[in-house]
Amino acid sequence: MQFESFSDFIAMGGYGFFVWLSYGSCAAILAGILIGSINDSKKLKKEVKAQMLREERIKKAKEEARV
Amino acid sequence: MWKWLHPYAKADRAYQLCNTLLPYFIVITVVCLVVGWVWGLAFAPADYQQKDSYRIIFIHVPSAILSMGAYSSMAIAAIVALVWQLRNAELAVIAIAPVGAAMTAIALITGAAWGKPMWGAWWVWDARLTSELILLFLYLGVLSLYHAFEDKKAAGKAACILAIVGVINLPIIHFSVEWWNTLHQGATITKFDTSAIDPSMLWPLFINIAGFAGFVGVISLIRLKNEILQREKHRPWVRSLVSRG
Repeated sequence: MQFESFSDFIAMGGYGFFVWLSYGSCAAILAGILIGSINDSKKLKKEVKAQMLREERIKKAKEEARV
Repeated sequence: MWKWLHPYAKADRAYQLCNTLLPYFIVITVVCLVVGWVWGLAFAPADYQQKDSYRIIFIHVPSAILSMGAYSSMAIAAIVALVWQLRNAELAVIAIAPVGAAMTAIALITGAAWGKPMWGAWWVWDARLTSELILLFLYLGVLSLYHAFEDKKAAGKAACILAIVGVINLPIIHFSVEWWNTLHQGATITKFDTSAIDPSMLWPLFINIAGFAGFVGVISLIRLKNEILQREKHRPWVRSLVSRG
């Protein structure tokens, strides 16, 4: 461990603002693209499911109309 | 000899391959990023000149390397897509571009946050910085070109051509620090003689590079799966996949 205390660690020898700005924005961008990509895949699967249900409903309605 | 590759041209096989690879990439990414960040931030010794500000290197260098690495893979996929007319390769181009742009943005932002305390300026129009900024625009150009066309066949072709033409920027970025008198320092670890960095700092750097590479892999795989689903959403295999849960 290079630092004596936690506050030393946060201070980064006076460069805390720049170091934490870099690591913070990096973490935010990584998390952002990860969450965005996972959300996209959830949304896509939901869309396909909704389309399947819709087609099923249309099919059922057509059958009922025939009867 | 290469016949075993052929089935992966099919969308469902490619999708399955993504699923198989994804766990390995996730493990590599999580392990390397956790170890790399803790080591780089708390355990690597401070630099004798730049003190603790140099710790930005552990995310700046990996993201910069991967911004170019991702571009190379994207361009290779683009060549494959144009020459062999493989639709999956075209989708790979579109899957890699966003994470490549993210890597470029991280390299630029961390570079600015490092430049301010060391050079006294957030940004200078230096050859290295400017060419890296152009790389970001190339990524965004590929993406917006793809989304500008209604006809996805034409869109894929146009995006692939732009991705290939943009490769010219990679040697410019790499050699910018040698060709021009830049404020940005020269290469540290890619020099062919002995590396200019001590092992106590080189190891956490390598681990972070592996972690960032893993992250690019994870996002590319997730997004490639999404692109395949999007293109194939009316096909029976997608429907049975979705209804299975």
